[in-house]
Amino acid sequence: MTDAHDQAARHDPVYDDLAARPEFAELRSRYRGFVIPATVAFLAWYALYVLMSMFAHDFMSIKVVGNINIALVFGLLQFLTTFALAYVYSRYSNSRLDPLAAQLADSYYDGTNGRER
Amino acid sequence: MEGHQILTTTLFLGVVALTVGITIWASRNSSGAADHYAGGRGFSGFQNGLAIGGDYMSAASFLGISGAIALSGYDGFLYSIGFLVAWLVALLLVAEVLRNSGRYTMADQLAYRMRQKPVRMAAATSTVVVSIFYLLAQMVGAGALVALLLGVSSEGLKNLTIFFVGALMIFYVTVGGMKGTTWVQIVKAVLLMAGSALIVVLVLAKFGFNLSELLGTAAQNSGKGGAFLEPGLKYGVSTTSKIDFISLGIALVLGTAGLPHILIRFYTTPTSRDARKSVLWAIGLIGVFYLFTLILGFGAAALLDKDAYAEVAASGGNLASPLLAEAVGGGPGSTGGAVLLAVIAAVAFATILAVVAGLTLTSSVSVAHDLYNSVFRNGQATEAEEIRVSRIAAGVIGLIAIVLAIPAQKLNIAFLVALAFAVAASANLPAIIYNMFWRRFNTRGALWSIYGGLISSVGLVIFSPIVSGKGVDAVTGKNLSLLPTSIDISWFPLENPGIVSIPLGFLLGYLGTITSKEPSAEERYTELEVRALTGAGAEQASKH
Repeated sequence: MTDAHDQAARHDPVYDDLAARPEFAELRSRYRGFVIPATVAFLAWYALYVLMSMFAHDFMSIKVVGNINIALVFGLLQFLTTFALAYVYSRYSNSRLDPLAAQLADSYYDGTNGRER
Repeated sequence: MEGHQILTTTLFLGVVALTVGITIWASRNSSGAADHYAGGRGFSGFQNGLAIGGDYMSAASFLGISGAIALSGYDGFLYSIGFLVAWLVALLLVAEVLRNSGRYTMADQLAYRMRQKPVRMAAATSTVVVSIFYLLAQMVGAGALVALLLGVSSEGLKNLTIFFVGALMIFYVTVGGMKGTTWVQIVKAVLLMAGSALIVVLVLAKFGFNLSELLGTAAQNSGKGGAFLEPGLKYGVSTTSKIDFISLGIALVLGTAGLPHILIRFYTTPTSRDARKSVLWAIGLIGVFYLFTLILGFGAAALLDKDAYAEVAASGGNLASPLLAEAVGGGPGSTGGAVLLAVIAAVAFATILAVVAGLTLTSSVSVAHDLYNSVFRNGQATEAEEIRVSRIAAGVIGLIAIVLAIPAQKLNIAFLVALAFAVAASANLPAIIYNMFWRRFNTRGALWSIYGGLISSVGLVIFSPIVSGKGVDAVTGKNLSLLPTSIDISWFPLENPGIVSIPLGFLLGYLGTITSKEPSAEERYTELEVRALTGAGAEQASKH
């Protein structure tokens, strides 16, 4: 291979040390433990909305107040849940992810003798 | 020239002067690749959030979605919801990870652990294709808008506008780079939000801020009655059209996080935390904006008179917002109407200019950084060479977009953008997600998913009713497909390819991976993951 600048060719062992630390395992499981279920949930919620819009026409057309029907309320609820999940994730990552990540990143910069800074 | 045309022209020139001024100002304190490609990574979360909004709230949203709602009622609103929910994918799975593991382009994150040349080639190809689809949408919007304002429907003038927009965008990108482009986005986002908020308030005021009454009037004036407010008017007519909509819905929700011009925005912040904050700002801004388009669309249906509504229909919906502005300002011929029409048209024009600049920048950076430097020069090109190539690439891509935009003018803008989303979701998203969450993922998997998703999504459109075989409109006798009616190569029944091409992209990524072994990619996964989650070793902001 003439790929002189191939990324895979220059492996930095400091990352293996970081990956082996319990803090990293904890960070990883907290991250995945939040984003994977959350993604499944909001995609399912969105899919329900799309499918009902197409296949539950009569239900969606029921009027709630005046000319405002269930379809419109459901659509606006999608806005609300998007805002809410974004807010919850930001709270979660501020309190549960960022401190661990910062701790690991600090020891990276200490361990590499300030190479990047 | 009549009075209102002078006003309109002045406002348009004002927008042009403002954006050109910003670009020149930005170019004076911009040096090196990190500045040209990533704005020096010096934008705060809030600034970048505005810029993301600027990139995302395109003419397709402002003109296209409000137009779709004006014509198809509730079904137009379905677009907005997919476009917004999609941001959760970007927030949770993509933004921070990408900021920490890449430098300038989408390909960086893949190249981190894979064979550079082939993955960069693939990623650059899909970046350029997606961006060109998106560019077409914006330029078509520009042509329609200017023709409306100058009261001329001459093809020559529309084409001239498209050419002019293309020339300007090449200027922004080659001169201002990412720094200039980001400031243009920020200014545009503020103008767009303010302009739409004004019209929304005026529309709501006409109905005593009673949403129900607005909806009722819209339903009545649309001539479609209650069905106008219910889902299914456009997509519910047959099982095929329902599946077509589901296909669209999938592409919308999964496409955003694969759009190259959105992805490279995450590199303009100093840290991944700021990248996250910028997405949060963007979600708030974009959410409110889509609520505005809901009012604009129904407002247009409710308030436009028969002639204006027919004009909206003839434009594929694209003129709903500007004509609505004229109507709430006092109607055609009134001073208020002329002023508001000019203001909203200038805002839409600023929107178009900003978005085309973002798109051109993205594809030119990918051509220079991924194709030229890594593939052709083995990573040996100097920064100055790379930047020079990116400027040339911006010119070439701009010209291609100009040439293609001319025949694309009869398509609805929102639809063209939806296609770009389908391609992005099929070609880019599978590779990005697998790369972060699947240790085993490797070069072959990446190539198969990118090329497979790209070829299948574009290919299915070529054989769809969009391109041929739709026949002529029973009422107007207008050809509904792009090709002449004598040619029919269609066999794919849907207009939106996503339902097939997105799963195919994921499947091919899986198959490519399990049929090949690449130990180095698996080893480097640890490094990628540590870096992505902690930010250790991530690119730092450049210091000035």
